[in-house]
This record gives sequence, C-alpha cells and structure tokens, in this order.
Amino acid sequence: MSVSPLIQTDLDPRDRGGPAQPLLSVSGLIKHFPVRKGLGGQKQVVRAVDGVDFETLKGETLGIVGESGCGKSTTAKLLMGLIERDSGEMLFDGEPVGGRALPWRAYRRQVQMVFQDSYASLNPRMTVEASIAFGPKVNGVPGRQAVERARGLLARVGLEPKRFAGRYPHELSGGQRQRVNIARALALEPRLVLLDEAVSALDKSVEAQVLNLLLDLKAEFGLTYIFISHDLNVVRFISDRVMVMYLGRVSEIGPSDAVLAEPAHPYTGALLHSMPSLDPDNRTQVALLAGDPPNPIDPPPGCRFNPRCKLVAPVCSSIEPPLDPVAPAHRAACLARQPGSGHPDAPAALAAA
Amino acid sequence: MLLYILKRLIYVTPVAFGVSVVCFLLVHLAPGDPLSAVLPADATQATIDEMRSAYGFDKPLPVQYAIWLWHVLQGDLGTSIATGRPVLGEVSRAVVNSLILASVATLIGFTFGTLFGFVAGYRRNSVLDRAASALSVFGVSVPHYWLGMVLVIIFSATLGWLPPTGAGPDGSGNWRPDFEHLRYIILPAVTMSVIPTGIIARTVRALVADILAQDFVEALRAKGMDEWGVFKHVVRNAAPTALAIMGLQLGYLLGGSILIETVFAWPGTGFLLNAAIFQRDLPLLQGSILVLAMFFVLLNLIVDVMQTALDPRIERA
Amino acid sequence: MTAPVTAASVALDGAVTTAPPAEAEAFIPSRGFWGHVGHRLVRDPVAMAAGAVILLIIAVAILSPWITPMDPYKGSMLRRLRPIGDATYWLGSDELGRDMLSRLMVGARLSLFMGVTPVLIAFAIGSAIGILAGYVGGWTNTILMRTIDVFFAFPSVLLAIALSGALGAGIFNAIVSLTCVFVPQIARVAESVTTGIRRRDYIDAAKLSGASALTIMRVQVLGNVVGPIFVYATSLISVSMILASGLSFLGLGVRPPEPEWGLMLNTLRTAIYVNPMVAALPGLAIFIVSISFNLFSDGLRTAMEIRQ
Repeated sequence: MSVSPLIQTDLDPRDRGGPAQPLLSVSGLIKHFPVRKGLGGQKQVVRAVDGVDFETLKGETLGIVGESGCGKSTTAKLLMGLIERDSGEMLFDGEPVGGRALPWRAYRRQVQMVFQDSYASLNPRMTVEASIAFGPKVNGVPGRQAVERARGLLARVGLEPKRFAGRYPHELSGGQRQRVNIARALALEPRLVLLDEAVSALDKSVEAQVLNLLLDLKAEFGLTYIFISHDLNVVRFISDRVMVMYLGRVSEIGPSDAVLAEPAHPYTGALLHSMPSLDPDNRTQVALLAGDPPNPIDPPPGCRFNPRCKLVAPVCSSIEPPLDPVAPAHRAACLARQPGSGHPDAPAALAAA
Repeated sequence: MLLYILKRLIYVTPVAFGVSVVCFLLVHLAPGDPLSAVLPADATQATIDEMRSAYGFDKPLPVQYAIWLWHVLQGDLGTSIATGRPVLGEVSRAVVNSLILASVATLIGFTFGTLFGFVAGYRRNSVLDRAASALSVFGVSVPHYWLGMVLVIIFSATLGWLPPTGAGPDGSGNWRPDFEHLRYIILPAVTMSVIPTGIIARTVRALVADILAQDFVEALRAKGMDEWGVFKHVVRNAAPTALAIMGLQLGYLLGGSILIETVFAWPGTGFLLNAAIFQRDLPLLQGSILVLAMFFVLLNLIVDVMQTALDPRIERA
Repeated sequence: MTAPVTAASVALDGAVTTAPPAEAEAFIPSRGFWGHVGHRLVRDPVAMAAGAVILLIIAVAILSPWITPMDPYKGSMLRRLRPIGDATYWLGSDELGRDMLSRLMVGARLSLFMGVTPVLIAFAIGSAIGILAGYVGGWTNTILMRTIDVFFAFPSVLLAIALSGALGAGIFNAIVSLTCVFVPQIARVAESVTTGIRRRDYIDAAKLSGASALTIMRVQVLGNVVGPIFVYATSLISVSMILASGLSFLGLGVRPPEPEWGLMLNTLRTAIYVNPMVAALPGLAIFIVSISFNLFSDGLRTAMEIRQ
C-alpha cells in the first residue's frame, strides 16, 4: 500500500545523502516555557519538550502518538521553526537546519505542515485558490503560473477547480477545507509534510477519504510524512513507524506493527488498552490509564510514567530510563525491559553480547 | 486578595505617572508664553526674565517637571492666576459639588438602568425590550447639553416648575441636602443620568439574558425553586458587573460634566474648567484636570478590586 | 498492511479522488465576505433608513451653497426669533434675524466635517499603531499599549476639552484634540483584533511558506483586521459629532458668524424664553445625525457577525 521506506523509486534531484540517510534527524530537542506564579513568585518552566531524539527515514510515514499535553504539537512547531528551540539539533538530509548550507527559508520550502483546525488555518478573506497560490507567489512563481498550480492541486486533492477555486473557506465543508490545506502544503513541492492531527476533527467517513488521499499523494509525489495523532487506529493505518511520547519525552519508537502489537513500554500498552474496542465482547471495563498525566512543570523523578505504571518498582523513581533497543529498530525507555537496570521484571543480563 | 490589590497598585503607578506627564505637558502645549496672561502688556524684558525664573520656566523641561511633581506630591497644585488663591482649594470646593451631582446622576442611572435591563432581559424581544433598547440608543446618541436645554425649556421656561440654573437659591454657592437645594439638582442630574441609564440598561439586559440561558438556572427550576429564588440567583450573578459599570460611569460623569455644568451653571469642576480655559488660567486648568484624571484612575482601581472581591469567578492570582 | 479491520479502515477501501457524495452540497455562488455583509445590511430596514438619513444630510451639506432658500449670514434686526412655520422663515429665524433653515443646511458642512474628520484621521493613525503593536508583539506592544493606557485614564470628554482648552479655540485645534481622543480607543481595538488574528494557524501557514513579515501583514493580516476596526470607528462618529459640536458649544471650536450646530445652539441659549422651539433646533440636528450614525454602525456590526 505504501512505498517501502528504503526503496526510493524516483530520485528527487534535491536528495543529497541517498536513501539510507534519514530525511530528518532530531537529537536532544528541548523546549521549556517559562511560567510565573503569582506576584514576584519564583519562575518555573513547563517542560513541554524535554529531550527528544528521533529520525524520519526517506519515504516513510512516522506516526507520533500520545495523550494531550505530551508535547506532540510543541514538537511539530519546533520542527517547523514556528517556535524557537531551547537546544537540540536538527539535520535535514544531513545538513544542520538553520545553518549556512540550509537556512530556515530553504528548509521550509522542503517541509510543510497541515494543521488540525481546517478553518483556522485558512484565511477567511481569501479564496481557496488565492490561499494555495500564496506560497508559490512569495517564492517567486509568477502570479498566473501560481494560480495554475493551485488549480492543478485542487483537482489533484479531489476538488474540481471550476467549482471550488473561487470559494471562501466558510463555503466549504470540513473535509473539503482540509483537502485545500493539503493542496496548500503541497504547493511548494515539499519533501516532508508534517500532519498535526490533520484528520482528527473530521467525521469518520471523511477522515477515511482524506487518509486515502494522503497515501495517494505520498506515492505520487514521493513524500515523507510525520503524522501526529492521538488516534491509534489512524496511526496504525497510515504509519510505517510509530513514536510514543509521554510528558515531553519519547517513551517508545519502532515499526508500527511491532509497537502496536507487542508494545515494549507499559504506557503504550495502557494506551492501546484504553482504546474502545469494536468487538463488544472485548470491551475494557477497567481503566488502565487512570488519572491525568502529571504536571509537566515538575515531572516525577526517575521514570516520568512511574506514578501511573502497573510495573512500577522502587528503582523507577530514582533512575530516568534511557531509550534503549529492545528489538531490532525498536527502542523503549522502560527499566523493566532493560537488562541490569535493577528492575525486578528486567530480563536477565545477556552475557556480554 | 491583598496580593491582588498590591498587584493592581503596581500596575496603576506607571499610568498615574503618565497622567501627570500629560497634565504637565498640557501647559506647555498651549500656544504662546504661559506667562503672557500674568504679565502686563508693557512689561520690560527684565521683568519678563525675572518672572520666568521665578516660575522656573527658564529651566529645562524635565527639571521643571520634577519640581512640579515634587510640589504636587506635597499637595501644592500652584496658584490660580485669576483669583490668586491656591489651586487645590479651588478644585476641592468644585470637586465636592461635581461629586454630588455625578453621584445623584449615577444613582438615577443605576436605578432605571437596572430596572429596564432586568425587564428587557426577562422579556426578550417583547415591546418592553424594544423600548429599553431604543432608550439605550437614545441615551448614547443624544447630545446631553442639548437635552439639558430641552429640559430647561420644558420645566423651567414653559412650566416654571424648576429653577433653570445654579446649585441653590443663593446663586452658585455650595449645594446642601435640603428641599430648596433639591429642586436645583433635579434637572442637571436627570440630564446627566441619560447616558448611564442607557449603558447600564444595555449591560444588565445582556447579563440577565445570558444568565437565564445558562444551564444552572434550568437546574434550579427543575429543583423546584420558585421564580423569586431564581431571581435572587440572577441578581447575585449580575451584580458584580453591573456595579463595576456603575463605578466607571461615575468616573465618566465626573470627568465629562463640563458641558452639563456649563448649561446649568452648576458650580463644579466643569464650570471651573470652563472659567480656567477662557481666562487662560493655566495652573487652574492643569490642576483640575490632574485631580479629575487621578480621581478616575483611583475609581477604576477601586471598581476593579471590588469587582474581584465580589465575583468569585475572577482569579485573584 | 496487516492492521486489524477498524471502522476507519473499512471505509478506506478504494481510493477516493473526487469529492464523494458525503461531502457534496448544493452549489452556492461565491460572494465573498463583503458581499455577504452587504447582502445582510441591505435587508436591515433600520440600518438602511439611518444610512439614507446620513446620505441625505451629506447631500444637503455639499449642495447647501446653491440650495439654501436665503442668505445664511444676512440677518434682519426687525425679524429676530421668528417662530417655526413663519411664511418667510420656514424654520424660524435666529437671535440676529437670520434664516434658521439656511443656517442649519450650511451648518451641516462644518458640523459633519468636524465630527467625521477626527475619526477618519484617528482611524488611520490608531489602526497603524494598533496593528503594529499587535503584529510585532513583545516590547513594542508593551511600550505602545502602556502609553495608550495613560490616555484611557482621562474620560474622553475631559481629554477633548483639556486639549482644546490648552491649544486654544479654533476648528483646526478642535479636530486635533478630538483626534487625540480617538487614536487610543481605535489603537486598543486594532491591537486586540490583530493579536487575535496573529495567533491564527493561517498566519503560521503563511510564515511556513517563506513570506516576509511585511508580505504577511499586507496580504494575510490587513484584510482581516481592517473590517472590524472600521466598524468600531463608525461607532465613534456619533460620539465625535456630539463632542465636536460640544466644543463649539463651549466656544472652543467654530467661531461666529460661521454656522455650526453646536455654536448655533449656544448663541440661541438666550432665546429659550422667547422662542424655545427654534432654540432647540440645532441640537435636534446633532441628535438626528448622531443617532443615525449609531444605528447604521450597529447594523453594520450585526451584518459582519457572520457565524462561519
């Protein structure tokens, strides 16, 4: 159904490092928001994103999941440079983003984003055609050609240009607006598209249509997706790999089949169990994920999940688990899965392998 | 709560500072020499220079401001050029009269405004509601100095029921709370109350309609509470905002009374300002504006704090 | 793909490339935002009536030099304070025996000019300040808006009178004072509207397309903020008319013998015992214009509240 991540059939002329080089690789990404409590109160920080590392391979779809407040959306904004990162490094096809070889402007031409709120992300006073043509125009495409491109893209996302080009956002349905947003993102011919809860606000049937459209477009334009969602079903459907975030950190990352079928982190397991099952005989009665996530202003010491974890052991509140491999290409930040961590459930340390 | 008051005070300080700067610069905005009103036309250059340094006008502006502010903080607003008396005394006398007029007007406005607002909010889109909104449009659109004249025409010139001008039978003295003086305050106070009536009616109508549409009212009725009980709940919820609007209106009336006070020759700050402007009595002009603006700032502060104290929904952090 | 069959994936079979029936809807001709507003405004009888009154008075003001029945400056000591309905003076004559109707017609020129001009100038200056503060944010915003706050510490009538009192009487000074009163009010509204727009996702999307701050301001922000600011400004015209005539009433604006409604009202104050109806006429004119602008502005605001 989707293009295998490692076999890039049509070579993008902008490709530098070849198919094996990750398209985007992020390490040590940190963003803290300062908050002040009361008058002259002590300054505190919300650790929205607190040390995130991951890679996106060329041609794959990387799903990012987690509860609200886990830092998904902040991560998206950091990746797009909409907010400034405190620290961390981002390499796009091997080049540091914001560096001399790849300034932000050049990077952004290759990376675009689709927002969750299809209405708020379109200018209410502009026709959809003008919204799509805006990007190419400011990048030097002559007006007529930009409009031409906008119309072509409208047709490509399933909106007949004759009917839709001159409409305003409030004259479209939610699904139609999100198609326009996708067309707008594609107007600059990006290589990476970030979809931040892009289908979450849509009706289920419309969501399915838009997801299919996304898969088609990906194959046609050789795109790479980062797909952020709280809906595990959708992520399972569209993603090649999945990354699970909890309180500003990555708790698990790996192939979606492995992560969602045999989760290595208890948090992923709890998320999967809290999903309503379609089989009435198989409905969860017990809430596995009770309570809200702890306050990101002062996260619990050690493993951030320990207050809500069913595998919790004394060691969990003293050691912050590293994101270590549990299987090929599958890593998890759980002491219970790490040999020699001191956790009672940890697998026996393999003799120096 | 104490922390909140402190926070508001800290916020108000730069505003008060700004107001003092504006009032100070007002005099320097005036065309011509501020001294020209004091000096005789045939004053020699030496006299002019002497006066200039006596008033401190030879120093650079920031220094003049600092000196002026220092005096103001000690309660010295300078001396009126026209009367030769301290500005502070003149202004305080006038402020009392203005405050009486504005308070009565606010009270009238609040009474009728809440009355109309409640009726309109309870009976939305009824004839009464339409009448109330027509009245509030009238209140904000009518030139109040003209309305004052019309009332004088009707009640003084034609019917002869009420005195047209002044604060009492002894001319423009101080107002006292007795029957004779009461007759003098009716026309200016009613004229002045038209704006707050309209604004309060509009606000209360929206508040009441909003509260009645909320789920908790439905729940109270479902619980078996009678309309009187529901009404008490509505009042409790609408009161903080309505009182806040009333407080602010008092401030607006006090500052904006000059036109009405002129029409009715009411011996308040507006009348004083009018005199100061036409006699080019700049210290008096400056002093009265400073006092009125500071009063407005203070009133805003009090309203803010009171509203917070009354309304548990507002965060005090 | 080995994903289990879910509600989502059931519907996924078969690529959908054209808008499917679920999303199809009746074709509506695109009218654009202002088209909708105009359409709704036309159907509001109160706003239309108010607009008609305003247009009529503007027309009278423009044409007054050619259509006044008599010379508005030429008085007659013998025919002072004639009542309304007089055979020669249809709306009576003033304290110097000048024709009221003619003076009211010519007076519309100065009254409208002095009421509308400050709001127009303040609209330009206040919008610029507010949009700048709202769009740039940060320290620029703090400094600009805290300065604006200082002017809010003065009730507007007081500020207008204080400024024109200090500057001295005259048409120009009155307009300057009133402009100073309205700039902070418009700037505050412009700032809050712009700050609201700036947080919208489409501004982020425009940033991502590589557009410069100036281009975003021009293409994406301006069109969305000017409308609401303009509506607010129209609501100020009513206040401005009352204040401008009020300044002339106090003797701080237009000087005699120029006809201006506020000044006419003042000079006729002495006539309230002789001919009260005539004395009240100029105020009635101010009131009619002021309420018309208020009602029209209300209608415009309602028409712009299109729920999307």
